[in-house]
Amino acid sequence: MKIQICIGSSCHLKDSRELIELFQKSIKENNLENQVALMGSFCMGKCSNDGVSVRFDEGEVCSITKENFYKNFYEKVIKRV
Amino acid sequence: MKKFDTQVQYLKYKVLREVARKAWNDTLYDKLLDIPKIIIPGPEPTTRCCIYKERAIVEERMKLAMGGNPNNPNVIEVINIACDECPVAGYEITDVCRGCLAHRCQDACKKDAIYFDHNQKAHIDKTKCVECGKCSEACPYGAIANFKRPCEKACKVKAISMSETKAAQIDNSKCIACGACVYQCPFGAIMDKSYILNVIDLIKKSQNNEKYKVYAVVAPSISSQFIHAKLGQVISGIKELGFFTVVEAALGADMVAYKESKELTEKGFLTSSCCPAFVMYIKKSFPKLVGHISHNLSPAAEIAKYIKETDPTSKVIFIGPCTAKKAEFLQEEQKKYIDSVLTFEELQALFDSKDLDIYSLSEDVLDNASYYGRIFARSGGLSDAVKQALKEQGLAEFELKPVVCNGIEQCKMALLKVGKVDIGNFIEGMACVGGCIGGAGCLTHGEKNKDEVDKYGMEAYEKTISSAISMIKNINN
Repeated sequence: MKIQICIGSSCHLKDSRELIELFQKSIKENNLENQVALMGSFCMGKCSNDGVSVRFDEGEVCSITKENFYKNFYEKVIKRV
Repeated sequence: MKKFDTQVQYLKYKVLREVARKAWNDTLYDKLLDIPKIIIPGPEPTTRCCIYKERAIVEERMKLAMGGNPNNPNVIEVINIACDECPVAGYEITDVCRGCLAHRCQDACKKDAIYFDHNQKAHIDKTKCVECGKCSEACPYGAIANFKRPCEKACKVKAISMSETKAAQIDNSKCIACGACVYQCPFGAIMDKSYILNVIDLIKKSQNNEKYKVYAVVAPSISSQFIHAKLGQVISGIKELGFFTVVEAALGADMVAYKESKELTEKGFLTSSCCPAFVMYIKKSFPKLVGHISHNLSPAAEIAKYIKETDPTSKVIFIGPCTAKKAEFLQEEQKKYIDSVLTFEELQALFDSKDLDIYSLSEDVLDNASYYGRIFARSGGLSDAVKQALKEQGLAEFELKPVVCNGIEQCKMALLKVGKVDIGNFIEGMACVGGCIGGAGCLTHGEKNKDEVDKYGMEAYEKTISSAISMIKNINN
């Protein structure tokens, strides 16, 4: 699975750096290193979202925050891989 | 509202703006011949002998605005008919000479070139004079002036001379494309080739960024430009032009600082790789030192390379203060990453070609890099960043001895000493005085520019180089 995280200015200011660390940590804890690849993007065109723009495979761009991270990680990653 | 330092820049800008305006509408080739009349409406001439010469010069500027002479590999070109053939007298004794008794000028002259007439007034024997300027320094009245051409005076690498027709000519084997002559020629007779048509074409063919995405990589010196608008408004303006998004070249600088500091500890001695004119200077005038040039890409190419890894079909356009960047992106190694280059002057022309009032736009954000990446824009910033990068990588025991060369003359002094005297272990070379903020493609050059860069640096969301680049390191593209 490919997870593309926005590291452009707008998402950067919404702390996409911390979100990437959360993704890395969760991928490791769930032993998904070989199944999931984290990728970057400099803009996904959804700068007005509340959270950081993240796309799981070729799906829609989701707005991910620290608060909704675990729910999304469970539904969009763990359940699918 | 002052947009430029000089009328020369303003004229160049008007030509770029009109060419761009017609290129956006696909009417350039139909309306080409209208442009000289739009810019020089007449009936009275304003800068030259007649409006016909003024218009002929505008036509030459249009050629450069449209990419210049394809047979000339240099991105800097002389507009022969615009060259006013300034006198090339060199040092001359002026009427201010009082015919004094001391004759300090004669004493200062090591070549015995000064002689006196029956009024005790000094004269220079041009067959003996070597233009050293000692007499001028010695005269207590300041009566000896240097009538060197401004272009020659500006060119510290001595690439400019006078052709048989008395127009300026550029020796491409020496020219480093720094643009000093472009900025200094009072008649605007030397100009950098423009790639605005190339950029407009890339934007149009992207079909609103659907076929591929067009990224702008903006140099941190932008913080000292467009001073009447907020930076966020300039970013909105760039997107309005049709760019998909804007990324800081300073993030590339953070990446370079990290790698360059490591390379320095391995090699023990390095010359910096971020100023393309400095790198070109070493290649052309100090070929024996080429092995010492850092193997890193320039910050712009480094970030462009990364953007292309995240988005392989993307087009990346660098926007900065630099004419030498135009020479850099034409090289094979860089071409892969950077698709075109604009200067701030050209960006202003593009805004106005679309009648974009950037002052009325809302503020977008630009925040990718750390303080250290951003201060690359001014002299000394790169050395500060390398020092910080050593510290952050636990390599602080390596003693960094930076040699900060502010302007190509200081670069030359340092390079001449390499291998002969111990000057330090890291040569930070910036061809323009002040660093990138002194670049020839800047709209304005002011004393406060350095403060603007430092202020912009302090505003960065990321406070360390490691945190700025951690996102990139933690992602496996």
